[in-house]
Amino acid sequence: MSRSGGGLEAEEVDLARTPLRELNAELHALGDDDRRRWRVLNPRGAHAVAAGIDAPVEVEIDGHAGYYCAGMNKRATVRVRGNSGVGLAENIMSGTVIVEGNASQSAGATGHGGLVLIRGNASARCGISMKGVDIVVQGSVGHLSAFMAQKGRLVVCGDAGEALGDSIYEARLYVRGEVESLGADCVEKEMRDEHLAELRDLLQRAEVEDCSPEDFRRYGSARRLYNYEIDDAGTY
Amino acid sequence: MTEFDALGHARDAVERRAAQRGWRPGMRESALFDRDAIHEIQRAAREGIYDIRGFGAKRQVPHFDDLLFLGASMSRYPLEGYRERCDTDVALGTRQASKPIELAIPITIAGMSFGALSAPAKEALGRGASATGTSTTTGDGGMTPEEREHSKLLVYQLLPSRYGMNPDDLRRADAIEIVVGQGAKPGGGGVLLGQKVSDRVADMRDLPTGIDQRSACRHPDWTGPDDLEIKIHELREITDWEKPIFVKVGATRPYFDVALAVKSGADVVVLDGMQGGTAATQEVFIEHVGIPTLAAIPPAVEALQDLGMHREVQLVVSGGIRSGADVAKALALGADAASIGVAAIVAIGDNSPELEDGYAELGTSAGFYDDWHEGRDPAGISTQDDALAARFDPHLGGRRLANYLRTMVLEAQTIARACGKSHVLNLEPEDLVALTVEAAAMARVPLAGTGWVPGAAAPSGPQPPATTG
Repeated sequence: MSRSGGGLEAEEVDLARTPLRELNAELHALGDDDRRRWRVLNPRGAHAVAAGIDAPVEVEIDGHAGYYCAGMNKRATVRVRGNSGVGLAENIMSGTVIVEGNASQSAGATGHGGLVLIRGNASARCGISMKGVDIVVQGSVGHLSAFMAQKGRLVVCGDAGEALGDSIYEARLYVRGEVESLGADCVEKEMRDEHLAELRDLLQRAEVEDCSPEDFRRYGSARRLYNYEIDDAGTY
Repeated sequence: MTEFDALGHARDAVERRAAQRGWRPGMRESALFDRDAIHEIQRAAREGIYDIRGFGAKRQVPHFDDLLFLGASMSRYPLEGYRERCDTDVALGTRQASKPIELAIPITIAGMSFGALSAPAKEALGRGASATGTSTTTGDGGMTPEEREHSKLLVYQLLPSRYGMNPDDLRRADAIEIVVGQGAKPGGGGVLLGQKVSDRVADMRDLPTGIDQRSACRHPDWTGPDDLEIKIHELREITDWEKPIFVKVGATRPYFDVALAVKSGADVVVLDGMQGGTAATQEVFIEHVGIPTLAAIPPAVEALQDLGMHREVQLVVSGGIRSGADVAKALALGADAASIGVAAIVAIGDNSPELEDGYAELGTSAGFYDDWHEGRDPAGISTQDDALAARFDPHLGGRRLANYLRTMVLEAQTIARACGKSHVLNLEPEDLVALTVEAAAMARVPLAGTGWVPGAAAPSGPQPPATTG
């Protein structure tokens, strides 16, 4: 592991030379006052890069990341300068995870808090079972995004694939482009002032400048499946 | 009162009168359309929805009762009860975890959620297990602080729903169990009906209070064994390779499922047969999907042996374990430990005859109560109603569970000593015979009094003489 001095310079870890286990162990050992900036070189699609951090640090991954990058993140800011594999920031609790390229399936899956920002597109099941996380996708999302989404907000600046928000609970979905189809119990809802305000805030936090909140439509739960009725059986 | 309710009451009255009158010659019950089948058709016609209930499969299937131990005889000698040691300790997670679980007894408490069970019931499970040196398991709903506090060894389940999942609890856990399926409903998700989704349960699960909560049947971020391998790697990374990782499967294709779990990197495989319990599942699922525990163990053990992983990757078997004899038979077939769910609930007080009046009010009787999903449990166990839960004494419940676990261990030791084993894990298939052709074929042990193992390939060499009756 190469040390590149103190000050504001980042600690550099080259995964071509340093085992992933060593990187993650160091990141897990960080306290609140330890070195704030880390840079990971040559990730080469490695899985679970920067997974399980619980410290207010910044980690920059210089290349493509594999599955579960920044999984279960707490407090850290993790930036991927490339694409990311399945389960980006899965079960994120807090902090921010940014992918400058595209993200594969299940980005932000089951996330409880924090912000996941994808500059490119996200594949299928983006925000599946989300539980409070905010997800902003500057491009489009694939099918079954926000499946069983419980809480939090999903913002899609492009289009959404089939069955958006299937079996959704209380999460709020904002889509600017076309929605190929809505899933069971997901309906378009009125965009009220409070929604425009929260959307404006999310777009600002995500530093998305070329979209206006007024261009989006809001989707959420019709709450018809909350208590089972036999006459709704065909809806499933 | 709706028309259907009125019909229901009328039917109940007819049934009561019929029961009072009793059976008379000439009243021949159909074996096919017996009173349960007729009752179910009428119920479905009235309610228009499948029956949901708790408990496990109630139908009769080949089980451990169909096996017997041979005990010692001329060719092998037994160990002295009370004097000669028969150890019961088991380590789980020795393959890769830096902190394996050391169990004092080969019986663990299976996953049961806070939500399905009341907080004091979970506490009782923790108290009983900790008193006997074994582990409890969380469930679909996350880890409660009470549960962590009262369980010396706590296995934290990672389920498709991920309710309450967080990295702090992962690190607080003693092991992680990735639930792929469960014996009561392999291929099914979960359901917690609105009446049990209290404010606290709803908050832990990030859902509105009072709604019917559905749990997904597939994991949200992995599909298939190749992904699972990467998922396990992530969990190991997050927990710094300390925790044993269990993979739990419902018994369906045990040879392949166990082999794939091992390939994916599991330290422990938990195999739950079709008799395994549930808090709430469709009856049709409980009774008609999955294979019996007895039939699942030999292929699972064979898979471990074929991979050179038997005893390296531990096998925990659940589904219908009631007694020390059941435990001993599971171990003899090659399991490393057995796990109990329904039996533990019964031990702490479920279906207790002392509560007969409460069961009668619910239209059932002690010994038959299985509507655990309704949250009206007079024992205060399968409920989220504070008043009902307050009836349950977690100290007494914990004591009863410890007594029951100790009894089962003594029973298993009794059998192991009789077979001449100084450790319960030294029991082996050779110690067993079967009472029925079906059990012999499933357990791959000879039919009692014969050398016949139905379905086994005929050995090519000289054959041992078959004993004749």
